[in-house]
Amino acid sequence: MWNTEGNVTFTEFIRRNRLTVTFILLGLVIFLFVVVPLLKMVVSSVAEARILWQTILDSEVTTAIGLTLLTALIATVVGFLLGVPLAYLLARHNFYGKRLVEGLIDVPIVVPHTAAGIALLFVFGRRFLLGRAFETIGVTFVDSLAGIVIAMLFVSIPFLIDSAKEGFKKVDVRLEKVARTLGASPWQTFIRVSFPLAWRSILAGNIMMWARGISEFGAVIILAYHPMIAPVLVYERFETYGLDYARPVAVLLILVSVLAFIVLRTLAYRGDRS
Amino acid sequence: MIEVRNLSVDLGEFVLKDITVTINEGEYFIILGPTGAGKTVLLESIAGLYPIKSGQIWLRGKEVTGVEPERRRISIVYQDHVLFPHISVKDNIVFGLRMNKTTAEEQEDRLNWVAGLLGIASLLHRRPDTLSGGEKQKVALGRAIVTRPELLLVDEPLSALDPETRENVQQELRQLHRALGITTVHVTHDFEEAIALGNRIAVIGEGRLMQVGTPEEVFRQPNSEFVARFAMARNIFLGKAERRPNGDTVFKIDGTDFIVAANVDGPHHASIRPEDILISSEPIRSSARNCFPGTITHVIDRGSTLYVTVSIPPDLSCLVTRHSFEEMGLHEGRRVYVTFKASSIHLFD
Repeated sequence: MWNTEGNVTFTEFIRRNRLTVTFILLGLVIFLFVVVPLLKMVVSSVAEARILWQTILDSEVTTAIGLTLLTALIATVVGFLLGVPLAYLLARHNFYGKRLVEGLIDVPIVVPHTAAGIALLFVFGRRFLLGRAFETIGVTFVDSLAGIVIAMLFVSIPFLIDSAKEGFKKVDVRLEKVARTLGASPWQTFIRVSFPLAWRSILAGNIMMWARGISEFGAVIILAYHPMIAPVLVYERFETYGLDYARPVAVLLILVSVLAFIVLRTLAYRGDRS
Repeated sequence: MIEVRNLSVDLGEFVLKDITVTINEGEYFIILGPTGAGKTVLLESIAGLYPIKSGQIWLRGKEVTGVEPERRRISIVYQDHVLFPHISVKDNIVFGLRMNKTTAEEQEDRLNWVAGLLGIASLLHRRPDTLSGGEKQKVALGRAIVTRPELLLVDEPLSALDPETRENVQQELRQLHRALGITTVHVTHDFEEAIALGNRIAVIGEGRLMQVGTPEEVFRQPNSEFVARFAMARNIFLGKAERRPNGDTVFKIDGTDFIVAANVDGPHHASIRPEDILISSEPIRSSARNCFPGTITHVIDRGSTLYVTVSIPPDLSCLVTRHSFEEMGLHEGRRVYVTFKASSIHLFD
């Protein structure tokens, strides 16, 4: 990458590598933009370790964080069960209106999430279609765990479907054909060949989906202010008590989600290399 | 025995139309055609992997047209092997046995049998991506035959290999077929491969089956210009046949009268295989009825053989060995005589 032929002065070195140097400088700006606020908040909170410790002991906070991780996980599992089949269909079949389906699946990414929450309320609210149907079996979506889950599911499912679809597309169709000629049924072919070969992309999509679920605020707050997930708690403390009270909760949330994300990414990476 | 009856397949840009062919039990059958002729699709249709538009496929007296691929007992080997990349060579080979619920004992037996047959015992615990092209091809073959299919389909099995490996795998295919007697349909675009392996050859092109016959028949008596050109008969001419009062039939090309062994008249195509033409320095007195003087206008060096173009006119391409080429001191511009039998000229529409 570096053009360092001969013994060159610093200015000469810059001149020869103008593109790389420029891109490094630009890249550095955006990198610091992402990292500095996170780092500063974490570092300054660690300096006041006593307050952070109190926050960890605050059962309201731990419950909220636990609830966030759990609901995001449930959303991911539901997304996995319902999203992978659709991803496979989209990767393997051409049909009229496929582009439209693919486009619609990605809509949650562009819709403001508060608006998404309202849209969900119109279907899952007590007065509406599915809301009433589910109520007969004792499930309500307003101010409930189920509400949090569907809000997270709605905004994060595109990540899983897109990633799994790309994964399935990379599996040579002829591998499936060979499996069929060797006596495998379509189900066996999917379970033994297509799924294991697309597994890396599916896992990556699941991790993204889970992470996106944890970070969701807008859609959740419309459907379920209570029980309180961590992002809502941060918001509430900020609104009611101010910055100093919101910050330790925010720090803890950042630490937990970054840690979880790193662990999952590492696991996935290790699996990738074996 | 496999019968394909009036098979039509829609391929988007073009169609395979009305393919009817019968492949005998234990036969090594070649489907020969240029790239993009739909050969792979034809194989996949037979295996039930490609939806057909119309027609029927019969396997050993039973119609299998609507039968799922997993119930047809037809195995396929693709050009680039298509091994399952996520499992070992051994698991690749026993995949079909597991799907067919074979007992562990039998799996072991058949695995050893195939590994011995193909000489791949040392590869069993490797991953497919660590194998060479030839090794992969053997594993793919092993995976296909271990289930004892009623029909083996091989799609351009030699094209992705380097010349030396190709020779080996070709041998392997021939021996395997001889040893197992498994009915095989082999698709290729390479005429020499077809001749080397096939009991019979079907030539497909332009979406249709052009000719079916032994390599000899297809090679010597192409039934159309397409087949002739594809069969590498370099001397293909359009001319006019005429019966003479003395009983001979002559064929006029570019003002030269060739004597042919056919009782026809009117416009026809004619082909003469380059290796059927003899080049000499002096006229030869022999039973061959066609002997003409000409000038060498062009030489194509193919290593051990050379294509020498002699202009009578017309221009005839003649195949000579390097040995005779050098012994006779042939070169461009030299006057020579070309001689060939009347029966060497093959006429077709």
